[in-house]
This record gives sequence, structure tokens and C-alpha cells, in this order.
Amino acid sequence: MPGGVVIVGSGQAGYQTAASLRAAGYAEPITLVGEEPHVPYQRPPLSKGFALGKQDRESLEFRPANFYRDHSIDLLAGEKGVTIDRAARNVLLASGRQLSYGSLVLALGARNRLLPIPGATLDGVLYLRSLDEAAAFNERLQHAQNVVVVGGGFIGLELAAVAGTLGKSVTVLEALPRLMSRVVAPSISEFFRELHAGHGVKIVCGCSVVEIAGVNGKAREVKLADGTAYPADLVIVGIGVVPNVELARNAALPVANGIAVDEFLRTADENIYAIGDCAEHPCHFTRARVRLESVQNAADEAQHVAATIAGHPGRYEALPWFWTDQFDTKLQIAGISQGHDHAEIRGNAATGKFSVFYYREGRLIAVDSVNRPMDHMLSRKLISASATLAPEQAADESFDLRQFAAKLPRH
Amino acid sequence: MPKVIYVSAEGEKKEVETPVGTTVMSAALKNGIDGIVAECGGVCMCSTCHVFVDEKFFDKLPPASDTEEAVLEISAEERQPTSRLSCQIKMTDDLDGLIVRLPAKQR
Repeated sequence: MPGGVVIVGSGQAGYQTAASLRAAGYAEPITLVGEEPHVPYQRPPLSKGFALGKQDRESLEFRPANFYRDHSIDLLAGEKGVTIDRAARNVLLASGRQLSYGSLVLALGARNRLLPIPGATLDGVLYLRSLDEAAAFNERLQHAQNVVVVGGGFIGLELAAVAGTLGKSVTVLEALPRLMSRVVAPSISEFFRELHAGHGVKIVCGCSVVEIAGVNGKAREVKLADGTAYPADLVIVGIGVVPNVELARNAALPVANGIAVDEFLRTADENIYAIGDCAEHPCHFTRARVRLESVQNAADEAQHVAATIAGHPGRYEALPWFWTDQFDTKLQIAGISQGHDHAEIRGNAATGKFSVFYYREGRLIAVDSVNRPMDHMLSRKLISASATLAPEQAADESFDLRQFAAKLPRH
Repeated sequence: MPKVIYVSAEGEKKEVETPVGTTVMSAALKNGIDGIVAECGGVCMCSTCHVFVDEKFFDKLPPASDTEEAVLEISAEERQPTSRLSCQIKMTDDLDGLIVRLPAKQR
């Protein structure tokens, strides 16, 4: 049987798998296959520092091109996996090349969910996930006057903040009743609505976008079901993603809301793992199956699979965390708050610095922190250690969280 | 160009010429210093670019922000009095010869 690792997908998860395998002393061949014609790069800055012009392309690269050569990682940029032959243990690429594997890691990522309305393909309607899309957005933004953002999630709001900072007239259209409603408490949504409004960004929640109207093939306005129309020479759509599961599904691997893996991040085929945005794993904390789209999830799952392949298997139990930067405000999230039955606020939203502690059946499950980085970092320790922090203690600012966390066993 | 001297946990030294304004983290990534991971890309969300700054240089650095202080709370190898995140140290001429020691583990 062949040895070596083939990694399909060269985003954060794919890159990190390759790097961690070599760091762990793995000596067999490693092939890293990526669809984009770039050296693997970080995505988070695309909607933050890169969009603001504070970061250049080179600064996005995880490592320079010579890193892959120096570590004998065969980077195939601009290549795509087409089919997996599980019996023969090889992957066929779009170019016709076949790669044999001992272990196969699917780090396929996700793609933008497309807006299913008339006018969505007009010139001036953009999505943002890849470096090329981000570069196109930056170029367009320079010349735009009226920017309409469809979707009030992380990406949409980050881009709204960028456009607002650059002095554009910005409107955010969100279908649900409040911003980032999938992930944060109402108090956080409200804080961010006010933050954006304070910077002149118009936020419209609970609306239904029905059409993008254009002139000569170019977007001109975005229309709502109630007849309201917003002028737009740039429309940016951030309404979520669809996981790339087709390669796995076509190989008869089970797929749910992502490629299904077990607590070792293995698919139904013991030689095939799936990690990052494309995979659904049993979450140690929520005790539910989850598919997460985050740097933490990609990097931690990658390191976990690399350790497994290098001979140190274990259950995946890393705590999920997330962040978003909008204007001068940082929101940091530890844990997953979905399913909470109680919330406590520490600090005061009026000061621009507060945290929401979420409980389920008396157990601390997640903490959202706005401009309170110490709360966030300590919360990661508390939740990871299943610490018993009473809701009254969480709400009491005179209760010293740092001292409390210091008594916990180190992770 | 000012130099940074990275000392691995095993004691191996590597000198890297680092342009003024570049962070000690990003110079490490560009120059094959494997002991710095920098998982979050330099935004103070992870502690995987943790370094121990040589005492001679520690006081020359601008103090750590609250955000950096918070992250040092979760470093994989316990923080020491001269612990910093290398993503927050920007090179200056004054820091020429800066010595940073890398922890044995970043995660």
C-alpha cells in the first residue's frame, strides 16, 4: 500500500496539516493540492486589514514559497481533486494527474452562497472569499459611492465597516431581525447596530431583498419586497457559505451538513480525514454535531489530524473561538452559545466594553466579549476546564476572574 | 538593517535582518524560523508567536497592550517576566541585535 499524505485544499486547514506534519517529524511525502494559483494565505485579513489597505498580499502568506520546498511539501497550486478511488487509494486531479495516498486529508473549504434573485449576476455585485475576490472588491470600492451590503453577518459587517471607514455611503440589508443573530446575544447585536449607525452606516434588519436592478448590465439599486430601493454602484453579498462536500459524496462517504467525521476527525473510510469548513464533527462542548467556519477550527483540526497521522491519535476536544473586527471594536467569542438558557452581562455596554456569559443548565458554555480581551482569554480557560463559575460571579466585576482562572489546572 | 537573533528552545541561534517596522513574528515566518506558528496572523487571538525577550532588550520595548497581556495568559508554555507576543514587537534601529528565545511549545 502507498504511503504519504495527500491534502486536498490549501486554505488554513490544508496548510496547517502540512506544516504540522513536518513539525511532528513526519518524513513521508506530503502533497498539498489547492485550486487557487497562490501560495497558501490567510483569509481573515481579506475583509479587514487587506481591505483597508493596511496589509499587502505578501503579508497574507502563511509562509513564503520556499517554505514548501525546504520542507519537501509538494505544493500543487491551481489543481483540483476530481475523484477519489478509495480501493486503490488515489486521487484523480483535474489535470489528469493521479496521486496515491496512505492518508488523505480533505480540507476542501466552502464556497459563497449565491443570492438567488434577479440581477444577482450584474456587474458590480461581488462576493468575498478568495484573495482574487478581495482584490476585485478593493479595486471596485475605490470608485464606489453607494455600497449596499447584503447580509449582516461577520463578513458583511466587516466590509461595511471598511467601506464606512473609507467614507462611502453604506447600507446593510439583513433578512433576520438582528445582526449576527446566528451567533451572538441580542445585547451584542444591538451594540453593533449602534456602532455602525454611529459611523453613518445604515442598518436595515428584517428585510427581504428581491431584486438588483441595473442599467447597461451594471448594478444600480437594490430592491426590497416592500418596494424600498437603495441606490448601489457596489453590492457586496455575504449570506453564508456552502461546504464543498462533492468530492467526498462522489466517493460514497457520508455527508450531512458537511463531510461527516467522528471524534478522531476520520470519515467512514479510516484512511480519509475531513477538516475545517467542509467537515461536520461531534463537538465535545455542545455534544452536538457541528460544522464550524473559523481559523481556530481549521488550525486545531489540522494539527489534530497531523498528530494522528504522525502516530499520536486522540479525540478532538479543542474549544471553538472566533473573532471579528469592526471599526475600532473587537468582538471575541469563546465557546458556542447556541442552546443557552441564561445570560449574564459583565461590564457595561454603554462604556463600549462588556462581555456576555452564556449558561446552559447552570454550566458556562460560551462568552462573547466586546473590547474586553482579558475576559475572552480567561473564558477560554474556564470553559475548556469546565470550571464552575456562578452566574453571580460572572456578573460581579469585583470578582477576580484572573485569580479564579489561575487556580485551574493548565490545559 | 537591524538584526533579530532567534534562539530556539534547543539553543540554536539564527540571525535575521529585519526591516524597521516589520514585526519579529513576520520576520520569523519569512525566514524559516519554525518555532513561531502565528496561527491567528498577528491579531492577538492566539499565543502561538510567544517569545521570551532577552532582559537587556525588554525595557526598550513599548509596554504590552491589555489585549497582548490577555493573550499571554493562555500561552502554551507558561509566561515569564519577559514574555511577549512577537507579532506585537515592531523592529526599530534601537532594537538592533534583539535576542528572543522561543518556547519549547507554542500550543
